[in-house]
Amino acid sequence: MNITSPDWLPIVFIGLMGLSFLVYAILDGYDLGVGVLLPLDNPQHRDSMIYSIGPFWDANETWLVMAIGLLLIAFPKAHSIIFQALYLPTAVMLAGLILRGVSFDFRTKAPSVDKQKWDYAFKFGSLLATLAQGYMLGRYITSFEDSWLSIGFSSLSAICVTAGYSFIGAAWLVMKTEGDLQKRAAKWAQKTNILMAVGIVAVCLANLLIDQQIMDKWLGGIQVLIVIPITLLLGFTFVSVHLYLDKVPMENDIGCWFPFLAAIILFIMCFCGIAYSFYPYIVPFEMTIFDAASARESLWFIFVGAAIVLPMIIGYTIFSYKVFWGKTTKLNY
Amino acid sequence: MLDAAAIANDTSFMLSRIQFAANISFHILFPTINIALCWILLFFKVRYNQTQDESWLRVYRFWVRIFALTFAIGVVSGITMSFQFGTNWPGYMETVGNIAGPLLGYEVLTAFFLEASFLSIMLFGMDRVSNRVHTLATVLVSFGTTLSAFWILSLDSWMQTPAGFEMIDDVAHVTSWLEVIFNPSMPYRLMHMLLASGLTSAFLICGISAYRLIKGDNKKSVKQALNFSVLLAAILIPIQIFVGDLHGLNTFKHQPAKVAAMEGVWETNSGVPLLLFAIPDEEKRENSFEVKVPHVASLILTHDAQGEIQGLNDFIDEHPPVAPVFFSFRIMIGIGVLMLLFSWFASYQFVIKKQYPTWLLKTGIAMTFSGWLATLAGWYVTEIGRQPYLVSGILRTKDAVTTTPPEDIALSLTLYAVIYGFLLIAYIRTLFVMANRAVALEQATPIENTENSDKNFTAEKQLGEK
Ligand code: HDD
Ligand code: HEM
Ligand code: HEM
Repeated sequence: MNITSPDWLPIVFIGLMGLSFLVYAILDGYDLGVGVLLPLDNPQHRDSMIYSIGPFWDANETWLVMAIGLLLIAFPKAHSIIFQALYLPTAVMLAGLILRGVSFDFRTKAPSVDKQKWDYAFKFGSLLATLAQGYMLGRYITSFEDSWLSIGFSSLSAICVTAGYSFIGAAWLVMKTEGDLQKRAAKWAQKTNILMAVGIVAVCLANLLIDQQIMDKWLGGIQVLIVIPITLLLGFTFVSVHLYLDKVPMENDIGCWFPFLAAIILFIMCFCGIAYSFYPYIVPFEMTIFDAASARESLWFIFVGAAIVLPMIIGYTIFSYKVFWGKTTKLNY
Repeated sequence: MLDAAAIANDTSFMLSRIQFAANISFHILFPTINIALCWILLFFKVRYNQTQDESWLRVYRFWVRIFALTFAIGVVSGITMSFQFGTNWPGYMETVGNIAGPLLGYEVLTAFFLEASFLSIMLFGMDRVSNRVHTLATVLVSFGTTLSAFWILSLDSWMQTPAGFEMIDDVAHVTSWLEVIFNPSMPYRLMHMLLASGLTSAFLICGISAYRLIKGDNKKSVKQALNFSVLLAAILIPIQIFVGDLHGLNTFKHQPAKVAAMEGVWETNSGVPLLLFAIPDEEKRENSFEVKVPHVASLILTHDAQGEIQGLNDFIDEHPPVAPVFFSFRIMIGIGVLMLLFSWFASYQFVIKKQYPTWLLKTGIAMTFSGWLATLAGWYVTEIGRQPYLVSGILRTKDAVTTTPPEDIALSLTLYAVIYGFLLIAYIRTLFVMANRAVALEQATPIENTENSDKNFTAEKQLGEK
């Protein structure tokens, strides 16, 4: 298969995979973010924060399995190149995900004296995972180059992604909690919002400077015009969220969902930016989705399944969010 | 230079194998409990719905928390698994990705999302949804865990006994999905694994309940759980032995080298004895210290006392390391026999005579994790028995390994080993902490099930001081 005879299946699969990564970043993003923000000084706040994500984290993390699964299924060659290149950060990320995943359960079941330790494990694990994910993203964007520039960029990206996750986590808390914690979350959201904005600008600039091909893609023609509305929209979102957060809690909690919505918009835009920069490459500037795709009959087999099952997954995901709708309460078995 | 590269490659290979084995061995412990425990919880819940007997609800509440903990560890270690293929075995996906990919994909699509989404309703939704929806959620989670076992075992069985494909340019392409999914060893492996899961859960419940009883927990619910678990084990174990026998016959047909290693047969022969014990020596290609029963191996495998069994010497360079397969097999069978003896005798004592002799309870405690041991031993037979191939006859394990430098793998392996060792200890310890807490509580209120309220805390402290 080559570019001259593009098959539509790889395109569908890159779309599905991208969607899964995006959904993952949003959903697990907020629960990772809540983990990163876990305060060391207030056990009640910690409890409420963890209750707010308790019913969701497992399903959220399944989107990662799905995204990696799709990469594996549809583009096996790319999958092995990417994960051999990202060997150590992957291991670190997994260690972080393991620590936080089990802390959820151990913290209430282990001997009481250990509860606080598990909370720290939860925070530390979340932080490790977000940093590693950001770092991996940075390595990917710089085509896994082994230069200091690339490593510096990846470290920057690690911090930005962590800021982004913390922002969406704080926004989630503004939506799901009340009282002191909500006010506190609004403060966190404001700070991380600024950090994220700075991060996005830095990453965009660095990205353009590092790579000529990406520069051409954005600034090399008429498409430069689209950069203007995008910048405006980004700016508007950042500023309006910042102003709203000043006022939290509003009377009757009006618009408590707004920061979360704004976070989703920002995530979608960042994601589309990256997708546009690299399409049709799956391993940056080395292997396209068409070179890496699996055999057609295999893609077809899984496509049929996905077409049937995905709507069901979306359906019961919505159902589960509905069951746990509204402000967080204590979780009882 | 070339030599150094070759050595690095060999080291990467060994370390990758150890890492994969460590990861999957750790992972399998938790799904093994949960696949069956979930159905068992459903049973407790339905019993409660039918009888309105509070003690069934107590049993449910106690075990659902253990289920949640087990599930969490299963999930995180499973996520680690899904990265292993890319990080350590790139050749695997490049050669058989067309088959492994979709099977893994179906597992995610049909099973993982189902489990993960309804799990929270099952765990935390009792007072948010109607009783009926809650029961339905429990059914769906059980169904999901079983379905994930179905898909992953289909893939594993395909690696043992590949079918329904053709090789084009060294890459496997599917010719029939039905043959791929229901490959020759799949039905046996699925049945055997599901039964193993039932037994593992049964012995876990038995062990923890016996522990509570010995600690003086006289609530009705404890005996209820204990009786249930020994009865369940007593029913499942004969079926497991029967299915295991069929499984072995099927393996004999498709993977004779593996069976030769299991039985410790070096030379092709007829009227082969069954070795109860021996020490296989791969250097000399013979066994020492044999304890044998004449003709029985031939009788079991060929249903003829004079039947011929192919020996390992027919498969030079094509057969697995003998000793680990040979010993693992005996460990599994040994535990199976112990399970049979214990569960039948205990059923008689507990259920029929309504007596709970201390020594028998203690034996039950000693067997708490016997299911884990047998399951791991069984998997070592299966997986080591497939070597030197990763996919029988198609792909050698060595040809699939990563080019990642050995230092990196050593680092990740250490990381996983430390975390897993620590988690395993924490898990087992927590099980007993939870049991102690339940003993200390008079009433089975929801407090029993939330976290460390002050009441629990004092109860726990008293226990510690005792
Ligand atoms: C509670 C667990 C348990 C118990 C009591 C037994 N097994 Fe088992 N056995 C397993 C758990 C298991 C397992 C972990 O589930 C395996 C690994 C892969 C598989 O299919 O099942 C397995 C594999 C396995 C294999 C290897 C098949 C292959 O690799 O192709 C054979 C021949 C048997 N078993 C036979 C038996 C027999 C004759 C038993 C009678 C006592 C027995 N098993 C008890
Ligand atoms: C769940 C129980 C399982 C256990 C305890 C287990 C155990 C093991 C062990 C001990 C090895 C190393 C064999 C050796 O190198 O001598 C191995 C190899 C391997 N197994 Fe499994 N396995 C399990 C299931 C699976 C499944 C379901 C798959 C596939 C989907 C799988 C795929 C592999 C692969 C790819 C290897 C290659 C690495 C190697 O040969 O060392 N295993 N497994
Ligand atoms: C025979 C071996 C295996 C069996 C029977 C098995 C079964 C299961 C089950 C039942 C679960 C649900 C969680 C739980 O109940 O604890 C689970 C979780 C998981 N397994 Fe395995 N598994 C096996 C091997 C593997 C392998 C080889 C992989 C890697 C591809 C894998 C990947 C996963 C993942 C990613 C999860 C988390 C799913 C979630 O988010 O809910 N498993 N496994």
